[in-house]
Amino acid sequence: MDRPKLSFFSIRRSKLSGDFIFEAVVGLFALGVIVLAFLLFRELLIESQLSWNTFGMGFLTGSTWDPVSEIFGALPFIFGTLVSSFLALLIAVPFSIGIAIYLSELAPEKLRTPLSFIIELLAAVPSVIIGLWGIFILAPFIRDYLAPPLSTYLGFLPLFQGPMYGLSMLTGGVILAIMIIPITSSVSREVIMTVPLQQREAALALGATGWETTRIAVLPYARSGIFGAVILGFGRAIGETMAVTMVIGNSPRISESLFSPSYTMASVIANEFVEATSKLYISSLIEIGFLLLLISVIINIAARILVWKMFKVEGGGRA
Amino acid sequence: MQNKITVENLNASFGAKQVLHDINIGIEKNGITAIIGPSGCGKSTFIRCLNRMHEVVSKARVSGKVLVDGKDIYDSDIDPVDIRRRIGMVFQKPNPFPTMSIYDNVAAGLKLNGINDKEILDKTVEESLKKAALWDEVKNDLNKSGVSLSGGQQQRLCIARALAVEPEVILFDEPCSALDPISTSKIEDLMTGLKEKYTLVIVTHNMQQAARVSDYTAFFLYGKMIEFGETNQIFKKPKEKSTEDYIVGRFG
Repeated sequence: MDRPKLSFFSIRRSKLSGDFIFEAVVGLFALGVIVLAFLLFRELLIESQLSWNTFGMGFLTGSTWDPVSEIFGALPFIFGTLVSSFLALLIAVPFSIGIAIYLSELAPEKLRTPLSFIIELLAAVPSVIIGLWGIFILAPFIRDYLAPPLSTYLGFLPLFQGPMYGLSMLTGGVILAIMIIPITSSVSREVIMTVPLQQREAALALGATGWETTRIAVLPYARSGIFGAVILGFGRAIGETMAVTMVIGNSPRISESLFSPSYTMASVIANEFVEATSKLYISSLIEIGFLLLLISVIINIAARILVWKMFKVEGGGRA
Repeated sequence: MQNKITVENLNASFGAKQVLHDINIGIEKNGITAIIGPSGCGKSTFIRCLNRMHEVVSKARVSGKVLVDGKDIYDSDIDPVDIRRRIGMVFQKPNPFPTMSIYDNVAAGLKLNGINDKEILDKTVEESLKKAALWDEVKNDLNKSGVSLSGGQQQRLCIARALAVEPEVILFDEPCSALDPISTSKIEDLMTGLKEKYTLVIVTHNMQQAARVSDYTAFFLYGKMIEFGETNQIFKKPKEKSTEDYIVGRFG
């Protein structure tokens, strides 16, 4: 649904009118963002040159991270970031869509605003606080109450094997899930609320129950927007640093088990940048930063394309 | 005349605002009853009370009786979902499900009823589209999206969707107000054909449309039913002064 674009230039006016100045000023602001993004990219590229020249593609495939002998491979961090974010999505998406449906379709009118407010407030909790809570409450809880049944009943899967000390990929994934639920659920809720009443009535008039109306009329109509909300959450999870650093265990290894500690790209930069002494060490960390940016960009572009190609709903919600 | 629906002392309101006052009317079985009146007179609210769609909006309230085959649909032991399966509705703006194909749009109501047999679905989809006079235009594009059709075709698709669940009554809420004259006349012809099997109620603020298609006409004004009778009588010899004024176009 394209809304007609109103161009300031289509309005007749003398040069240097208020409109012209206004347009120039806001245009400059908009341009500033683009320039900033470009400079950021350029800086990361230049600063990571040394690491790139030394390791080449081996940086992406190497799994040794040894600052003493200056051998750097980023694979464990890429693995840690992708797996923890994916795990977070797996947990967060059902919760978020459930919350969104409840708040937009089912909750009593009086509860909707306060509940949405509280959920959005969760997004305002500083991530270091969530991290502290993760260390003291969540990690022991997962270790004592979640991991034992998982390894008892699902222990035949490599995912749930091995010892569990609390700080682990699983804990990181759960923390990330908690952190992305507010954004994913509130964007989904807004998307669901834009589904026209006529669509709901079409289903109701066929004799659909409340749940059936949601299933056949509301969710399909809102699917592209909900997908957008999920990707937004994924982007958050990939870039999240503080809380996940505090609970994931910070050990650069690739393990099949979610019980073993891991390390993410953002975490290694945060942890090691200050103590990185050699040029190659710094350059390698910057290359990780560059890769992190690249992954976010690629995921966002891929999501856009997917929304355009697959989920397009005529007259439907937009991502 | 044999009544399919009998409405007794129906009052309806949104919050503190009462929109319908003491409506009493009988809707003839296998006939077309038109509800006319200026905007805001409560005619849409009235037909939404007939299949319990009025209460879908928050703060909407209804009192009084709506007897369908002698049974009050507002009785506490009645599930509104069942009522809406028996009394279908076609809306002002065509509202096909945009993510579904033409076929799936028509089959949607059947699937809700748990019918998944491909043969039955195929047969019902074809029959419903034929009844809605759309089959010839879409028979080769059943897998295309429902919203790829023109406005008039979309409205007929919505009629086919309503017909597929075999309702007893179909309510039309200004079904042609968004359509061009050719599409409008197709839908009017369609309605005349449908009354053999169904009881139809149409809300319209196009008086000529009411005169063309309906057997009975009710004139509503400010939430009250002013006059009700055979369409011929209402348009030729209205008893009430305000009915006449509205019909000849002195207001509205």
